[in-house]
Amino acid sequence: MAYPADFKYTKEHEWIKSDGRTATIGITSYAQESLGDIVFVDLPKPGAEITAGKTFGSVESVKAVSDLYAPASGTVTDVNGDLATSPEKINKDAHSSWMIKVTLKNPAEVNSLLSAADYEKFVAEEGGH
Amino acid sequence: MKHPTRKATRHVNQNEGLIFEKSSPGKAAWKLPPLDVPEVDTAKLLGEAERKDLGHMPEVSEIEIIRHFTRLSTWNYAIDLGMYPLGSCTMKYNPRVNEVVSRLEGLANGHPYQPEKISQGALRILKTLSDCLIDITGMDAITLQPAAGAHGEFTGLLLVRAYHESKGSARKKILIPDSAHGTNPATAATVGYAVENLKSDSRGMVDVAALASQMNEDVAALMLTNPNTLGVFEQEIHKIADIMHAKGGLLYMDGANMNALVGKVRPGDFGVDVMHLNLHKTFSTPHGGGGPGSGPVAVKKILEPYLPTPVVITRSDGTLAYEYNRPQSVGRVRAFYGNFGMFIRALAYTLANGPDGLRQTTEDAVLNANYIRKGLEGVYDLPYSTPSMHEVIFSDKVQLKKGVRTMDIAKRLIDYGFHPYTTAFPLIVPGALMIEPTESESKEEMDLFIEAMKSIAAEVEEDPEMVLAAPHTTRVSRLDEVAAARKPILRWKAENN
Amino acid sequence: MRYLPKSSADREAILKAIGARSIDDLFAQIPAEYRLNRDLKVPRQMAESEIVDWFRERCRENGDGYTSFLGAGAYFHYRPVIIDSLISRGEFLTAYTPYQAEISQGTLQSIFEFQTMISELTGMEVANASMYDGSTASTEAVMMAIRLTGRRSVVVARSVHPEYREVLATYAKHQDHPVTAIGFGESGRIDLKELEKSVTQETACVLIQSPNFFGTIEDVNAVAEIAHKHGAMLVVAIAEAVSLGIIEPPRHADVVAMEAQSFGVPLGFGGPYCGVIATREKYVRQMPGRLVGQTTDRNGKRGFVLTLATREQHIRREKATSNICTNQALVALMANIFMTIYGKVGLKELAKQNLAKAAYAAQQVGKRGKVLFSTGPRFNEFVLETSEDPQSLNRKLLEQKIVGGLPLKKFYPELGNSALWCCTELTTRAAIDEAAGVVAESQSKVRTSEEVAEVVR
Repeated sequence: MAYPADFKYTKEHEWIKSDGRTATIGITSYAQESLGDIVFVDLPKPGAEITAGKTFGSVESVKAVSDLYAPASGTVTDVNGDLATSPEKINKDAHSSWMIKVTLKNPAEVNSLLSAADYEKFVAEEGGH
Repeated sequence: MKHPTRKATRHVNQNEGLIFEKSSPGKAAWKLPPLDVPEVDTAKLLGEAERKDLGHMPEVSEIEIIRHFTRLSTWNYAIDLGMYPLGSCTMKYNPRVNEVVSRLEGLANGHPYQPEKISQGALRILKTLSDCLIDITGMDAITLQPAAGAHGEFTGLLLVRAYHESKGSARKKILIPDSAHGTNPATAATVGYAVENLKSDSRGMVDVAALASQMNEDVAALMLTNPNTLGVFEQEIHKIADIMHAKGGLLYMDGANMNALVGKVRPGDFGVDVMHLNLHKTFSTPHGGGGPGSGPVAVKKILEPYLPTPVVITRSDGTLAYEYNRPQSVGRVRAFYGNFGMFIRALAYTLANGPDGLRQTTEDAVLNANYIRKGLEGVYDLPYSTPSMHEVIFSDKVQLKKGVRTMDIAKRLIDYGFHPYTTAFPLIVPGALMIEPTESESKEEMDLFIEAMKSIAAEVEEDPEMVLAAPHTTRVSRLDEVAAARKPILRWKAENN
Repeated sequence: MRYLPKSSADREAILKAIGARSIDDLFAQIPAEYRLNRDLKVPRQMAESEIVDWFRERCRENGDGYTSFLGAGAYFHYRPVIIDSLISRGEFLTAYTPYQAEISQGTLQSIFEFQTMISELTGMEVANASMYDGSTASTEAVMMAIRLTGRRSVVVARSVHPEYREVLATYAKHQDHPVTAIGFGESGRIDLKELEKSVTQETACVLIQSPNFFGTIEDVNAVAEIAHKHGAMLVVAIAEAVSLGIIEPPRHADVVAMEAQSFGVPLGFGGPYCGVIATREKYVRQMPGRLVGQTTDRNGKRGFVLTLATREQHIRREKATSNICTNQALVALMANIFMTIYGKVGLKELAKQNLAKAAYAAQQVGKRGKVLFSTGPRFNEFVLETSEDPQSLNRKLLEQKIVGGLPLKKFYPELGNSALWCCTELTTRAAIDEAAGVVAESQSKVRTSEEVAEVVR
């Protein structure tokens, strides 16, 4: 499974693409596969503050709900309105289905996250149970 | 079907649309007697508040209604048709005398606010049931107000909170085993407590060492189910109770599994301070397609002052009354007194059994679960070797090798004429098959069930695809739950039809 | 024991198959010190005829042949016989919750119809599959508004059923939600000026009941305006469902919390009853309770399933929208059948008869007694003030086998010697006339101390 090299990843299966000031956040292909058919995504509104490591929303399949954990802290500038009507887009292509865009509070936070290679390794270990 | 079942056969079954699809103006199933008082000018009396239009409410005749609901009923499985192996649901026989006595006019037509003088019969029912349940549970007092199990849990935790507040601090946390039913943590949160998970040990029981280390003065209570959701009795229950009590905490018991205990052992005797009962499980009140239930909460003396108001008391002249003057009460959890209709049924069940019947019922419940365990051992994986009480848990470990999961096996069981067992619960057993036959099953019905489960296991080996696509013989095949959740259609609309 | 389908031979055979010597082996895991060594203290086993007799005796103790003028959240309406014929079918009565949709389409489709009719009657867009009762439905509706607005406080009319308010208080206390109570005016309706002053940016919702506890219909639009102006939601409770036949539903409400007991559910000393929540589609994910949705199966055939289950406790666990696990399926089915029987025309006629009976009664008792709140429109209940204490008046009525209105002093001390009277389509003119006679006699005999003082002066 290819994980974009220009993304960083969390152990909770979120990805973040940062340009040093702003960032785009979504969930990984592995996450959508574990969840199954996604039926609803609960996201914050523009202007909301998110904090690294804390939940900022949730994603639902028919039988389960998963919290979304912020990879970094910042202020939400944009929310992907497509996901309200077509949450299945995440199942089709999780890495292109961004959820929120933020202005980063501490851009350096992103550096300590997993690289694509590290994340791939992490997923392989976790999946091997 | 490669392995035909003796239990069920396909049969012509009636179709039926939505009632709105049958409606047409002028049809009627009602007739009111003539008014014996003067007619009123509704426009004058109500002005702007008068309703002009009842929209798309249906207009149909009586026979259409009878056929409509009769046809619908034939699409349902029910206890009256056969066994429900659902774990922790206790799907036992719903005695019909219960239905008859609850419909006696003097009970069915009683208004909750009618004067105590003409409610002595109702009060006697409340008191008698209360006394029976108190002795069955080994507790000291009880409230019948909560409307269902979850409501009972809520009430029980309110009592826990009130107790701790009276001692100076409500405390912060409730400990809940990871094997618990989802209502437990949800309830704790509604009462303002944080939830801390308690891991189970390798036998699926409470890890007593973990409990000892997690118990402190911030913990208000431990919510326990006993026997636990694996159907196993917590043998160290006295140690568990002692650990809680030593640091001023309380032991709450979820009474969902009382069907394994009635007449044999009493929670009050093994250290429980507060517990709820499910009249719709243990005490035979009907499930009715999903309610109503009733969730009385029994308590030890220390919690009695906090019970919801009113409580039933006996006056010095022997008459019964509702007592409202209870300054330490947590308040009301619902209007009126509780699901009175369910009290009548639960009491009728208790009277039909007597002490011997209740004990025999519990013995048969445990006997039956063990019979099924024996019958399916070796066919399905048994994750825990601890002895089972009234329910047994298998897992789909063996069948998973062929890509077949517990839910698929459950769906295939439908083709054999049974309702599925409980799938995917408890969470600590991946791929669980949770089976509780109850005492209401004959050896014959259980043999048919065992035969069906064995047959399915063989089908998994020989033709897993067929099992994965089950059920094959129902009116509707597997329904698209994803579409239902993504774009919910929650009502019929005239414009769409 | 006749509910147990086993002979001793069966039990022997099973024990043998299990490899146990006796049933005691299967209970060995219970430590000896806890085992119960005596019989339970419950009455001895009874024959079916004895059980029926036992409950008949309780009926006799309740008394028989009384005409009641009680309402106050529980209403005595005629229950068409086919309700019990149909709900007594084993496939409805003894069915489990419809989690396995393929073999529960009967239950699921009937709930879908229930949701449809409740939405239609309440003027809302969606309704759930039922809640425990009106009091808990109102409380859950308030909690829903709190979640949706993110605000903490609640404003409640005192004209909401006192026991509904008690339940709200019990729940609100533990989640830190201040509740402000607003009084009622001469009309019996919520005091709009007081309301205006109390709704702020902190208010999650305003809760009113219409028809309210006194039977008076609130000016829902005016209340909605005040609530919405401040960004608060409007929750309207309805305790007498039959009112929806002739009274405009609260179309400007955000959430309706109803008690559907009047729709064919027996009075039965207070339960089980049938609460429901109805709301707008945009709020559906915050609505508690079960929901049935329409969908298709693999062959494109229409079917029904429980949906949006992720709101519920068994999945969200501590993050659930509420801890409600069950609905009241069987009583909701009674309500469903009732609504289907009366339907579009019958519900209106039924409501009109209720209106007429109560209007006549108010007029008759009002000849000598004082009917309060007469300036506002009412449905089938009214408040009667008498010179004699209602408790004492009711004792006189009871001698005539009449149960008088509910004395209100304990809930509303400021209303003095007032009682809440209710008439339904089942209340006869004869009973009304007789009750009016007793009231008239009481009024002519009993004088308050003021009246005596007047005479002396």
